[in-house]
Amino acid sequence: MDKTGTAGNKGPGIRSDVWVAVTPASAGGLQIDIRSKVKTLFGRQIKELTEKILRFFELENVRVALEDAGAVDFVLAARLEAAIKQVVKTDKEFLLPMLEENQTATGKDDFRFSRLYLPGNSPKLMLNAGVHKPNGLILDLEDAVAPAKKTEARYLVRNALRNLHFYGAERMVRINQGERGLEDLEFVVPHYANMVLIPKCEGAEDVLRVAERVQELLLQNNMTHSVWLMPIVESAQGVINAYQVAAADKQVAAMAIGLEDYTADLGTRRTNEGTESFFARSMVVNAARAAGIQPIDSVFSDVSDMEALAENVKRSKALGFDGMGCIHPRQVRVVHENFAPDAPEIEKAKKIYLAFKEAEAKGLGVVSLGTKMIDPPVVKRAVTTIELAINTGKLNIHWLDREKVKVKR
Amino acid sequence: MKKYDEVVKNAAGRLVPTILNGEEHIPFKGVGKYKPAGRKFGPRIASCADYPEDGNKVLGSLKEALVKAGLRDGMTISTHHHFRNGDLVANQIFDIAHEMGIKNLRWFPSASFPCHEHLIPYLEDGTIQRIEGSMNGALGRFCSEGKMAGLGILRSHGGRYQAVQDGEVKIDIAVIAAPTADPFGNANGVNGTAACGLLGFALADSQYADKVIVVTDNLVPFPAVPWQIQGNYVDYVVKVDQVGIAEKIISGTTKITKSPDRLLIAEMTAQFCEATGLIYDGFSYQAGAGGTALSIGNYFGDILRKNNWKARFIRAGSNKYPVEMLEEGLVEYILDGQTFDLDGVRSMRENPNHVWTSPFTSYNYHGKGNFASLVDIVVLGATEVDVNFNANVVTHSDGYLLHGIGGWQNTLFGKTTILPIPLFRDRIPVIRDEVTTLCAPGEMIDVIVSERGIAINPLRQDLIEKAKNSGLPIKTIHELKEEAEAICGVPDKPKFGDEIVAVIKWVDGTVLDSVHKVLK
Repeated sequence: MDKTGTAGNKGPGIRSDVWVAVTPASAGGLQIDIRSKVKTLFGRQIKELTEKILRFFELENVRVALEDAGAVDFVLAARLEAAIKQVVKTDKEFLLPMLEENQTATGKDDFRFSRLYLPGNSPKLMLNAGVHKPNGLILDLEDAVAPAKKTEARYLVRNALRNLHFYGAERMVRINQGERGLEDLEFVVPHYANMVLIPKCEGAEDVLRVAERVQELLLQNNMTHSVWLMPIVESAQGVINAYQVAAADKQVAAMAIGLEDYTADLGTRRTNEGTESFFARSMVVNAARAAGIQPIDSVFSDVSDMEALAENVKRSKALGFDGMGCIHPRQVRVVHENFAPDAPEIEKAKKIYLAFKEAEAKGLGVVSLGTKMIDPPVVKRAVTTIELAINTGKLNIHWLDREKVKVKR
Repeated sequence: MKKYDEVVKNAAGRLVPTILNGEEHIPFKGVGKYKPAGRKFGPRIASCADYPEDGNKVLGSLKEALVKAGLRDGMTISTHHHFRNGDLVANQIFDIAHEMGIKNLRWFPSASFPCHEHLIPYLEDGTIQRIEGSMNGALGRFCSEGKMAGLGILRSHGGRYQAVQDGEVKIDIAVIAAPTADPFGNANGVNGTAACGLLGFALADSQYADKVIVVTDNLVPFPAVPWQIQGNYVDYVVKVDQVGIAEKIISGTTKITKSPDRLLIAEMTAQFCEATGLIYDGFSYQAGAGGTALSIGNYFGDILRKNNWKARFIRAGSNKYPVEMLEEGLVEYILDGQTFDLDGVRSMRENPNHVWTSPFTSYNYHGKGNFASLVDIVVLGATEVDVNFNANVVTHSDGYLLHGIGGWQNTLFGKTTILPIPLFRDRIPVIRDEVTTLCAPGEMIDVIVSERGIAINPLRQDLIEKAKNSGLPIKTIHELKEEAEAICGVPDKPKFGDEIVAVIKWVDGTVLDSVHKVLK
């Protein structure tokens, strides 16, 4: 019984993470060796949580080595569980109590201007990601995780979904392709992910497999929340089948295009101007609109060039996209500012909102603007547009008072 | 001699000794409460008859100069830190003292750097009895673990000037390393291969020390101008091959931060200053050379440009970023306390609006005013802040000495002091119930800006009022503390021994807090 399970990262540049080695033994009790840069202030807490987890997995005789760089509880728990499961066969899951704020649902047509990718195995980047206020945070299990780390990343992503503060961002996970992706879902769906991103979709089947597994897992766990799907098309085949992908399932809320892989598939190179992907982008926009879902653009990879990003976002909005991916927190603001409603959009939203308020005041069940009836989702969207306009500094927070003054005059 | 004696509770509620290294000191009485009496320290009167008429004070070696200056047991030797981690002179002084078998010296630097780890064997063998000045890295560990024979005394830059001026610290021999000097002893920092800008930290030493030795590797014929240090104060001049390592004098770390979290904090700081009207045409600010402070300067620049405003002056440790603002015309003057890169040195040499200052003009609390209190916005770092806005800048949360006080305490007198800090570092929350070491009474700190919200000191109702409709995330300091603890957990307190290893002085020379021995 001298097998050792290890998980986590150590070494220079590693922060907010912990490397653990777990070696079950036949005698000797719990032997925990903690090396930590925060040992003076958190050594006791680290030891207590470690003991609790070892007892939970019924390990009575075990050597544990920890090299800690300031990992918070959910990270330590994920690393320990991943290491333990390499050497102990068990179906148990060690779960910290889930944050209440992480049990909220999102709507199919919520704004999705920005979604920030976070490597699924890098806790350092997770803790503060939400404070940059992206619309969505994607815990990425696919390309951003090294093949050898795919399994341990699942525990970290699962725990992050439960215990990371998202600060209002939609909780998204990008799963792996194929079978591995379906397995990933077990770590994602029962922990209240709002949206699953499905990479490299080439047809309806790629979406349906995931949709079915999601429903199975919801049923198994006696859960009813909506788990939205965002298929990503990243190949010539995927682009050609874009409509089938977009319309595959009622849970599909958005469809994205991944241009790095797509341009490679075409045998060309990606440029800032994007001429080579014009067809694909238009195709995705058209297919998504035809299916009644949101078309979402690819990421922009030069994180140092904010001006080029802004140009890219403007082109993207002009093509009809509703949002795009971000790979650096500083991109979020630029994406929002350039996708944010412009003056005519804001004026329209204000009119709808005022009509709604008037109807409400008169006790009318139906809102109309001129001769047009307005559906509740449209009102909701108008409210969000106004909020966005305020948040992006395009509308004064006291606009309503000013409107009233105008009316009085 | 006992390290310290007679511990009392001071006006900040901290237990501090009143007898430090055998000498009586006054406990902190409150900000502006202690009123000194008497006259300044009077240095020895010299006569031209004792100095060469041809003005040539050059001696053959540093050792010869130290011997002529009368180096003996128990003396106080001072140095400055303008060469930062590239200093080659301080270590040599104590190499010589050690070789001569001299004991019980007090080293009185304006700051120490990692390169001075070299001195640890001398602290162990009694060559050096104690350091009065900042202690970082290995020296900080040495002192924190109670290994130093004497009690450490940490002072701000202004407090150091005050201590010398008031005669609290009598310097026997000041050794002033200079990038350029003439045989008479005039010296400056703007020319020479070790150019460091200015020599302001050595001003008090030159004025008040019993003997003054200028050491240079760039000896020029009289006159060396500008004479930032005046030869009329200088006893001996020594020419050596090298006084400092240029690339270590120039600090490579002073770049605008790329960290998205720090940029966010910097941006929020600038937004706060704009929203509350702290920035206006003709305003002034102090910004450090850290990555976050530099990006705040950048955002200030954007605001000035947008409004077609100018800042009247920047109080700086300068480098290329404030220099660019000066040259663009966004600011009229840089009042510089230490220069961090070659752009700063060049600008100081060439631009009359880039002014070299000293702790006398900028920080000395026992003067007829100083310009620290004229600065509109002061941006500072801190290792910890507590729920009463008290702040710590010298010790890490585990109790080890980590930073010097520098000009930090002195700049607190600016009109609005803002600490832009992350809510936690490596799981360690920055906002605590009580700071480990008190360096600033809470009344001196006005605003905390973190990535998760901004807390305003309740004493600043004016700012609270102005920030109300700013749309910025204004929270209480308790809310910020709870938010960090929800993420990190609640930290334990470090365990300290009873023994006091160092004290923190306030700007007026009173004793503000004690640093206790760390138990490993």
